[in-house]
Order: sequence, then structure tokens, then C-alpha cells
Amino acid sequence: MVSGKRIFSDFKVFSRGYLRNKFGLFFGLVFPVILILIFGAIFAGGSTGKVNVYAQNLDTGPFPNGQNISAAFLDQLNASSTITVITVNPSENFSKYLADHSASDGIVIPANFTVNYITGHQLNLTVYGNPTSSTSGIVSGTVGGYANYFNLNYFQTKYNDTTPAIIDITPANVNTQQTKYIDFLIPGLIGFSILTSPMFSLVNISSEYKKSKLFKQLSLTPLTKMEWLASKMIWYIVLTIAGFLLMVGVGIFAFGAHVAITPWLIPFLILGPMLFAALGMLVGTVTKNPETAGVIGNIVTFPMMFLAGTFFPISSMPQYLQTFAHVLPLFYVTEGLNNAMVYGNISGTIIDIAVLGIITLVIFVLAVKLFKWRED
Amino acid sequence: MLSIEVSDLKKHYGNLKAVDGISFTVKSGEVFGLLGPNGAGKTTTIEIMEGLRERDGGDVKVLGLNPWKKGYELHKKIGVIPQEFTFFEKTTPREAIVYYADLFNVKVNPDEILKEVLLEESAKVNFDSLSGGQKQKTGLALSLVNSPELLFLDEPTTGLDPNARRAIWEVIRGLKAKGKTIILTTHYLDEAQQLCDRVAIMDHGHIVAMGTTEEIIEQHGSGERLEIHGEEKLADYIKSNTDLQVEYNKAKREILITLRKKIDALAALAAAEQSGMEWGQIQTRQDSLDDVFVKLVSEPATEQGEMASQETDAKNSKKRRR
Repeated sequence: MVSGKRIFSDFKVFSRGYLRNKFGLFFGLVFPVILILIFGAIFAGGSTGKVNVYAQNLDTGPFPNGQNISAAFLDQLNASSTITVITVNPSENFSKYLADHSASDGIVIPANFTVNYITGHQLNLTVYGNPTSSTSGIVSGTVGGYANYFNLNYFQTKYNDTTPAIIDITPANVNTQQTKYIDFLIPGLIGFSILTSPMFSLVNISSEYKKSKLFKQLSLTPLTKMEWLASKMIWYIVLTIAGFLLMVGVGIFAFGAHVAITPWLIPFLILGPMLFAALGMLVGTVTKNPETAGVIGNIVTFPMMFLAGTFFPISSMPQYLQTFAHVLPLFYVTEGLNNAMVYGNISGTIIDIAVLGIITLVIFVLAVKLFKWRED
Repeated sequence: MLSIEVSDLKKHYGNLKAVDGISFTVKSGEVFGLLGPNGAGKTTTIEIMEGLRERDGGDVKVLGLNPWKKGYELHKKIGVIPQEFTFFEKTTPREAIVYYADLFNVKVNPDEILKEVLLEESAKVNFDSLSGGQKQKTGLALSLVNSPELLFLDEPTTGLDPNARRAIWEVIRGLKAKGKTIILTTHYLDEAQQLCDRVAIMDHGHIVAMGTTEEIIEQHGSGERLEIHGEEKLADYIKSNTDLQVEYNKAKREILITLRKKIDALAALAAAEQSGMEWGQIQTRQDSLDDVFVKLVSEPATEQGEMASQETDAKNSKKRRR
């Protein structure tokens, strides 16, 4: 019943029309690349950026044998990979100074720092931070770490202990590679274009064709609605693969991204466009006119565009949004792509493929069932 | 042989009876016109015959097939131009023909079809850049790809300029000469007179007249009459000196004499001559299809039927009665 020849001839006509329409081509291929360039530029090296911390050193000495412990402490902090220390004149009102500089992270070193350290008396560091800001965690963690290091040093010196630290940390990144924001961004934006291109296009086409009676006309030919949808899906698979290669290329060559290109990506590049082409057709089918279709299409698309792990990792979102993300079909595309490209988590990838496959099947069947060539 | 048999066909949209029990047949090789104002039920009727809509009652056989049940089979044998034909914007007529040929799995020479519909010059222009007439011709070209024996043309010339209309007529005449059966809807009466062997005039879902245009005019028109330009006294003179039925139109200063037989004209003229009065221009006139149409079609066109048949049209669906 389903004829490959008819699918192919419909594919030919549709793809040719698509390529002749500069607007569609822009959104299909150019737009995702622009997104990569913009977001890549914004966040280039973003994850390795250090947090600025204002530090007021009130330590007045004396410094026996020229030992300035407080200065050494700040130097150590500044040499860390997470913090840049900006010194503030001791005469400033520190909290006012922070407010004037719109800053929330700061450290105040007390006057007796060096003396107390050497004599073994307790001393107190004040760490300023804004609990709602992600940087304050980094600052308190880093300062705490170095405080412990100095504490340990003190006792080792005091008891002439030469035992090295029991627990030491070797810094390493996920997948033993240097992971940067761009590496997370590429799967996200590929997911973004897998969603938007077929979705918007099919919502538009299926509602416009209904209005202009083009579907009726096609129903008078041997072309079946299944064949019609199949040819659209194939085209968006082709477009997705082209977009994938472009985006990965730009990511690697322009931003030095490290993403794995594995055969595990193929199911996403096929199922993704199929799913959203079918979903677009479903929206265009169940709505009365192109205007309503556009509105419903946006209602369905926009939450996915931002909440399914495209621009921001899901893990950075509050719990209820993370839960919500799991009902968004795109989530399984972006999560799967991340698993395959960034984490190399194949068993996770397989689960995502399975979930995506089931969603695609359901939406496809619904779209074809509800879609009518002709009226009654 | 009959191409189409329709008996007691009914279709309603909610309370609106778009088609209310119509019957007609169309012979093979005939050009049959469905006339009527907007909303008369023409498009609904034609779409039921094409298998695009399901009927609510009555019987329809197109080429011996039930169009709704056997649509897939039927569509291989018929050609259709829907009202306001549109196609993929960035596809040329030539590519469209090749596309249809692929879909129907037939071998055609696209240039031959383009020539047949007088569209050779625009063969490689994208559809969205074509003129209204060229778009309709593209529709005609596509309807011919599967060499159908039966063609449905739903308002093929609506909205076209006079030259474009004549060009379409020429194409349709060519198809008729090749022996195709053609069902045509139109609200242009001259078009029906020019092209159709027989017409049915529809109004509010009913057929109010059917036959050749001459038959319809004869049945429903006022018959032939002689018009003499002259004074009312002359009218009175003719009236009293003959047994003819004479009326006078004061505004136009015209004496109207109904001709039961052609020879009546001679009697009227003889009387006029005899009167010694002056008289001017004379002519014989007959009700045109226009006159009959206006008489038969009760009200000015309402858009209800049209609306119901265009469920997807947002503007219309708001006004539609349920």
C-alpha cells in the first residue's frame, strides 16, 4: 500500500520547494549555527571563569621573621582555579563597599590573623555571600578548603608531623576531558533545532494546506496521508543531519568543543525530527485554522525550547521544573544527546532512545489517525 | 452510457440543508453545468461526486462507483480542479505535472499537457508567481495527468479577467472535442451557455431547472416578443386591430408584442403600417438565460451553503449557523 516511489516524488517536490524558500532554509540551517556562534561566544570559557571576591585585609601584624600569614592566605586563594581576589583598602566600610560595587562575595581578614595563627589562638574569617547566588557556594567552599589546609599546616608544623595528608584530591573532569559550556551547549542546540524546524514548519503547512484545500487536492491523487507525512519526516531528517554536522563543525572549529560523535547519535537524529514533524502535523490537524494552530504550536513548543535542557542544564533548575522537564518529549532528545556526546553514558542513551521511540510512535499514530484528507 | 447518476442526494450541515434531494444524470461525453448563486449547493454536490464528502442521503454513482467508499479507485479515473485551485508555492507547472505523473504512476509528456492547457510559456515559473489564469491552467493541467474520462471543474474561471476566462474556455472546448465528460460549476451564465450541453440551475439545495439552455429559456422564459419603438396610441391601435397580446413600456416608449408564432410579427407590423402613425426601431427579443436565472433564483445569493462547505475558513465559520 505504501509506495516508496510516491514518497520519493513528494519528497523531491517538497525539498525543492523548501530549498527555494530562503526563509525556511534560514531557520533550518543558518539559524542554529547563529545560535551556536552567539551562545558559544557568550559562554566561551564560561565554566572556567573565576569568581571575583573582594578581600579586606585588616591584619596589622606583627609579622615575626617577616612571616605574613594573612597575605600568604590571600595569595593562595588568588592562585586557586575558582577565585580572583580583589583587595579592598582597610579603611573602607566593607559591607558598604560591596554594595557600592554591586558585589556579594567578600572576605574580611581580622587584625590578629598572623599573630593568632602563629601562637595557636583561634581566629575568625568573615565570609560575605548571597545565598541565592551560585557564586557564594563556590566562595565559601574554596575559602573553607584553604582554611582547612592552613589549619592542617599549623598542626603539622606544631607536632613536627611529616605525614602527608591522608586524603588528597587530583582534579579531573568528567569523561577525563576538559568539559566546557560549549560541550553542553552543542547537544542542547541540536535538540533545539530538532524541535523547532520540523515542528513550526509542519504546524504551518498542515494548517495552511487544510485552509487552502491543498490536502483535499492531494487526496484526489494516489498519495496517502501516511506517505505525505513520511516524505516530510525524511526531509527533516536530512535537514537535521545537515544541521547537526554544521553545528558540531562550528562548535569544534570555532570553540574547540569536545563532543563525541558516535553511532548512538543516529537514533536521535532520526526519531527526533520524526517526532516533531508528527507533533506539528497533529497540532495543525486538531486546530480549526492557521491562527489557532500557530498559537497552540507555540504553547507546545516554547516550554520545550527552554526547559528541556537546551540552553541550560536541567540540573540547574528547581526540582519542580526538573520534574516538569520529564514530560517534555524534547527532554529525552537533549538528555540522550548529552549522554552520548558529552558523558559517554551509553546505557542512559539507550533508555532515552527507548522512551523517545515510544513517544514518537504514539504521536505518529495519533497524527495519522486524526489527520483527515477529506471531510465528512 | 451514463457517467454520473445522482438520485435524491441530500447533505446537511447542522440545520442547513445544503443539498436537499436532487437528482440528475450525466451522459458520457457531455458537458454538464451546475449553475446557481453562491451557497446554492454546487460545491457540496460536486465534492460528494468527487468522493471528498460523504452524503447524508440518496444515491450517487460516478463511473459506476460509490465515490465515498471507492474514492481511491475513483480518483484514478477522474480529474478535478477544486474551487480556487492552489498548489505548492515554489513548484513550477512543469514540476507539478511530473509530480502528479509520479503519484499516478503514469508516463506523460509534460510539454504536451502544458500545450494542451496553453501554459507553455509559464512552464518554469514558480506557482506563487503565476497569474490567476495561469494558476487555473496549472490546475487544469494537473487534472489531465491521469488522462481521466471524467473531469470536475469547480468554478474554473471565477475571479479571472475576460481574456483569461476565454483562454480557459478554449481549453475546455478542446477537452470536450476529445470526448471527455465534464462537470462544470459556474455562476457565469455566459460560460454555461458557451460550454455546456446541459445545465442544472440550483438554488437553496434544489434543482430549479434542468436541460439545454434553450430548453430552460423556453420553459421558464417569457418567450419571443417583438419590440417596436413608438407612441402609446400606436400600441392601442395594434391592440384593437389584431388579436395580439400587446403591452406598453412608457419609460422606454416601447410597444411589446408577445409572439406565439413567428408570423405574429408580420401581423403586428402590418397593423403598425396601417395606422399611419410613426414608429421607430424594431427588434425581436427573447429572455436570455440571465433573465430566466434571475426569475428562478429566489433571493439574492446568501453565503450559507458556501460557508458550510468551507469549514476551515475562519472568517466564514464564525458566521455559519449550526
